[in-house]
Amino acid sequence: MALPSYATTGQRVGWYTFLTYCGLVFFFLIAPIFIILPLSFSASPFFEFTREFMNLEPEAWSLRWYRQMVGISSIGDTTVVTDKWMLGTRNSFIIGISATLLATALGTVAALGLSRPHMPFKGTIMAILISPMIVPLIITAAGMFFFYSKVGLTHSYLGLILAHTALGTPFVVITVTATLTGFDTNLIRASQSLGADTMRTFFKVIMPLILPGVISGALFAFITSFDEVVVVMFVGSVEQITIPKQMWAGLRQETSPVILCMATCLVALSIALLTTVELLRRRSERLRGIKLRN
Amino acid sequence: MNETTAGPILTTEGIPLKISLKKAEKRNKVRAFLLVAPLLVFILITFLIPIGDMLLRSVDDSYINTVFPKTFEKYKEWDRQGLPSEELYKTMFFEVKEGSGRSIGKATTRMNYAKSGWKSLLKKSKRKFKKIEEGPYKPQMIAIDKRWADIEYWKALGVMVDPTTAGYYLNAVDLKYNVDKEIVRQKENRRIYNHTWYKTFKVSVLVMFFCLILGYPIAYLLSTLPLKYSNLLMICVLLPFWTSLLVRTVAWMVMLQQKGVFNNLLVMSHIIADENRFKLMYNETATIIVMTQILLPFMVLPLYSVMRTISPNYMRAALNLGASPLHAFWKIYMPNSVPGISAGCMLVFILAIGYYITPELVGGKDGQMIGNWIAYHLKTTLNWGLCAALGAILLGVMTVLYWVYNKLVGIENIKLG
Repeated sequence: MALPSYATTGQRVGWYTFLTYCGLVFFFLIAPIFIILPLSFSASPFFEFTREFMNLEPEAWSLRWYRQMVGISSIGDTTVVTDKWMLGTRNSFIIGISATLLATALGTVAALGLSRPHMPFKGTIMAILISPMIVPLIITAAGMFFFYSKVGLTHSYLGLILAHTALGTPFVVITVTATLTGFDTNLIRASQSLGADTMRTFFKVIMPLILPGVISGALFAFITSFDEVVVVMFVGSVEQITIPKQMWAGLRQETSPVILCMATCLVALSIALLTTVELLRRRSERLRGIKLRN
Repeated sequence: MNETTAGPILTTEGIPLKISLKKAEKRNKVRAFLLVAPLLVFILITFLIPIGDMLLRSVDDSYINTVFPKTFEKYKEWDRQGLPSEELYKTMFFEVKEGSGRSIGKATTRMNYAKSGWKSLLKKSKRKFKKIEEGPYKPQMIAIDKRWADIEYWKALGVMVDPTTAGYYLNAVDLKYNVDKEIVRQKENRRIYNHTWYKTFKVSVLVMFFCLILGYPIAYLLSTLPLKYSNLLMICVLLPFWTSLLVRTVAWMVMLQQKGVFNNLLVMSHIIADENRFKLMYNETATIIVMTQILLPFMVLPLYSVMRTISPNYMRAALNLGASPLHAFWKIYMPNSVPGISAGCMLVFILAIGYYITPELVGGKDGQMIGNWIAYHLKTTLNWGLCAALGAILLGVMTVLYWVYNKLVGIENIKLG
């Protein structure tokens, strides 16, 4: 929508004020994320833009924090290896990927059931399945801490994976259910009348059509697990470091610019995931013949 | 096919069609349910039962009864007038003397909530009881510590006789039981929770309000722009949504701290002097600013999905009929976008009220919300009853809001990007 050519001066002023306001809001949304990118290349041990850094003096710029992040750092002449960040990365991926696989499998099957026209108590069941997304994390963490320690799941990968699976499933359920709205059930009938059994129908007919939704849901579940810190703190052991846990520790104790390097990597990761999901969404809408936005 | 029948229509197998259809429908229902069952069971075990278990803790007071079972049995006979009999002293004496140090230690923590002083009294007594060999016990116990002759201590035990208690819930709203099990207010210096509840609601409402006034215009812009521009701008909304909460909080710390970007800009442009930089971090304002930015996408997305369905023809018609743009907006566009406003506001409020990480990192002392107190009792004071009670109240508020949200918007209409 643009301004019509007959707009009065007042309308013009109003319209441009509105655009400026929107611009500022977008800036407010996006600027904080990008402000950390240059700062992660600073040589300063504090989170600040020094004058030398702003003047692009070479010695003020450095990759030392990145080196420290991957486990190489030097104090004086000796090289010290601190692999907490790499350990955290490894743990985050182990937990994230396991939880994602589990959440995707459970969530997709449940979404198929929920989208059937004969589903009893649909609203109530949906509300229960979505609740892990709504309940504050601190309450979830407290509950899991008490219960998992009773059954011996604390301080174990299994406990963390189960916890993160529970937190990730709502996203899978939501995205797959959304993909299934407008799904032509005649396709299933056609497949079955041509002699395919249930499994074959699922993998050859249903799956290719809902795949974009499934992948989006899986990515949401992954990022949820990858970002999660509260449950990890209470259910995991001290040695079970994950990226967010290490960032949390870094922010509360030894404020080190390595955090900014890791943050930069995470921003890159989220840009990659966001792009994938957007492309998948468009593909899905095209496949299902739903008109694109507007 | 039986064409001549006047009775119910039959299927080829000779079963009435109605029954056959009912059967088929039932089969379908069971099938659909079987697909959902695995996840339902999973969520039940890994999520709902743990939370239910935690809620039980908020009223559970049975532990102390398992440490001093005989004492509490005898205690019920006491008339609460004057000091208890020698017999009650004797039972208590033996249960303290013979009980394991660890379980008594745990019990005294609970006893201290009822009357402070119990912990030190029992610790001292346990040490000295070893030397006492024979009765009468009452005078000897009083000789060890005068507090054994203080009726207040004995009365305080009465609060703990029942295996369940509402005490933690009372504590969560700055009330408590006195030794006579009457509900009284906490001492002035221990009243913290009512203020925290108030602050939690205040911050959530403010965040919701700011999200609305920031989110509404951009959702409007996004829904009216041509597709290729709006998709591009949509990324500005979705990227924060996909970026780690901690990363965004770190980013704000970089912006807001004393030598942060914001203050530096103001100093560089000579708006403020170097020595009086603003204190933007570690207070309630910081909590509100950061939470607004973090929760803004949750406002924009529901608003956008509603606004997209509002036909631009409504506005055109209104303008055509002579309404001023503002009037047309207020009378035509606004009412149509109300479902989006309520969905966005509810979602932001629900998410804001239970926030923990952001207030913990940028809130300082003044910006703490109820979630921070839950965490504090969970890991620092280990007062798990109070932790559970605070959690239960928060969860109760959330459940009501969630229910309203479900009625208003429908939970299946949540959209993610």
